Formats: sequence, structure tokens, C-alpha cells
Amino acid sequence: MLKNTLAALALGSALLGAGHATAADYAIDTEGQHAFVNFKISHLGYSWLYGTFKEFEGGFSFDEKSPEASKVNVTLNTASVDTNHAERDKHIRSDDFLSVGKHPTATFESTSVKSTGEGTADITGNLTLNGVTKPVVIAATFIGQGDDPWGGYRAGFAGSTMLKLKDFAIEKDLGPASAEVELIISVEGVRK
Amino acid sequence: MQWRNTPSHYGLLSIALHWLVAVAVFGLFGLGYWMVGLDYYSSWYKTAPELHKSIGILLFVVMLGRMLWRWISPPPASLPEHDRLTRLGARFGHAFLYLGLFVLMLSGYLISTADGRGIGVFGLFEVPATITSIPNQEDVAGLVHEYLSWVLVIFAGIHALAALKHHFIDRDRTLSRMFGR
Repeated sequence: MLKNTLAALALGSALLGAGHATAADYAIDTEGQHAFVNFKISHLGYSWLYGTFKEFEGGFSFDEKSPEASKVNVTLNTASVDTNHAERDKHIRSDDFLSVGKHPTATFESTSVKSTGEGTADITGNLTLNGVTKPVVIAATFIGQGDDPWGGYRAGFAGSTMLKLKDFAIEKDLGPASAEVELIISVEGVRK
Repeated sequence: MQWRNTPSHYGLLSIALHWLVAVAVFGLFGLGYWMVGLDYYSSWYKTAPELHKSIGILLFVVMLGRMLWRWISPPPASLPEHDRLTRLGARFGHAFLYLGLFVLMLSGYLISTADGRGIGVFGLFEVPATITSIPNQEDVAGLVHEYLSWVLVIFAGIHALAALKHHFIDRDRTLSRMFGR
């Protein structure tokens, strides 16, 4: 009887422990800001222009054993765009680009994750930007995970996808080299 | 015609400043309206805003000079045939044009300097940034600049219509005085 109870407890804790170690929910670390939503677009075909969204939040669930069960969602404040140039940022917020008055938030919500190799996956999801919702595929790379020095547990990813400005109703013509923008995200999650 | 204003007539300097500012205000409005709609590959895309900002800064200096000159050489008194309401209306109207123009120029300055950049004036000198910490500065200043520019240019139009009314309907010297007569 006692033996059985002990066995059951041991099994239970093993299962719980296993569950805890493999599948977990993470909050994107915006508090310590170990997370970035950046973009990169060509200027005239002569150089790269980089920008970032400063305010966003989100989370992901990640299971190393079954990465295809992972989920991710991000919501960002479109008005927080920053390209280190006030006049340009004002222009990007205007109706020529992101129409932040009408569409103050952009969201990404994953619908499926397909493993593409060791530590890489294609994350398919719906991106809502400038009021347009379209499926996009983010090519993601798992960077690393483990205990942090302050008592928490963290996991991090990087990923990118190419977006056609026209697909998201951004009609301003920046020239043939600048029809697409690369969205580059780098996020670290703290396990909840 | 003399340089200074007299109790009954405008002097040459006040008249020149008035028409210079009139041309600059309508010109800057037109330039501003046109430049924000320019195609990215237009040869004016970069030049027009630089011109708009340079002229705007110079207009600010001219307006400071105009205020100073008003103090040194006050404008002539109202025409004797104008009643109290006309005088009061003119006084508030002119005060609004001055105040509106200063707020308009300040808001424009706050857009371009929001990130700490200065404003170059025809490549000759640069006006440094000062206030950069208003929340969403370029957007707030941008809205003020856009709406106030419409209010001011419409108000300046009313100002012109009022002058024409004085000239053609009341047949007084209001408009003639601004041509030195």
C-alpha cells in the first residue's frame, strides 16, 4: 500500500516535472527589453534603413520536444515606430504608410509551426498591419534557453519575414528597390 | 513717404514688412501644401521642405523685427470714421494674426527639431533644437502646424476681404494706407 502510494507519487512528480520542463508559457521580456521588433528596407537600392517598434507585448508557448505545438502572439503599438528621424517617423505614422490614427495596433498570431531543421521552424500566422490581415511565414531560429542568473528561466528566438508594402495597403511608392520590407524580430521570453 | 509711421500714415518700413509677410505666409502655405503630397522621386522632395523651413525661420526673424518696429514706431491710429466695434474687431483680428503666426512657426520648428536635429537655413547657418521632450512631439506639433496653417490662411483671407470691403464698400483709406497713401 505504502509502496504503491510512493510509486504513484514518484510517477506523478516525474510526469509533472517532465511537463514543466518541456511545455511552458513565456512572456516576452519587454520589461527588461530583451526583445526587438525591427524592420529593414532599402533606401533607393543604395543602403539599408533600419527601424524599430518600441512598444509591444506578447508571449509564446514552447515545447522543445514538440516544437510544432508552439504558439506565439505579439501586439504592437504602431505609433511607437522609431527610425531615429522625427520627420520620417511622423511620415511613417501618417496615412501614407501605417495610418496609426486609424490602426493603432498591429498583431501577429501564429496558426501553425512547422519544423524545418535543427532549431529552425517556419511559423505561419496572421499578421494584421495597417488594418489588413494576411497570413505570413516567419522563418524562426531557436537561439537558446536556460536558467537566468536571477531565478528565472528564459528562452529566445529570432525570426524574419518579407512583407510587400502593397499587400498591407501601403500605397506610397518608395521606388522599385523599396517595395518590400523585412520584418526582423528577436525575442526573449521569461517562463511564467 | 518716410520710413517711420506717423499718427495718420504708415511708413515705408511697416508697409514693406506687411507685404513681405503677406507674400511669405501665402507662399509658405502653398509650398507646404504642395510639398507634403510630392512623389518620393520628385526632384523637389528633399528641396521643398528645406526651402519651407529656411523661409519659415527667416520669417520668424522678420516677425520679431516687425514686433520691435511696432514698438519703436507705433502704427497710425484707427481711422476716425471707424466705430468702436470696427476698431475692436481689427485689434483682435490683428492680434490673432500675429499670435497665430508665431504659434504656427513655433510648431513647425518643434516638428523638425523633435529628435534633436537643428534646422539649416539655406545652408548658411543652423538653428539648434531646444525642446525635444514633449510626448509624441513631432506628431502633436505636426497636427498643430497642419490645422493652424488652415485657420491662419483662412483668417488672412478674411483680413484681406475686410480690407477690400473698407476700400470698395465703405470707401475709406484702410487699404490705401497700406500702400502709403
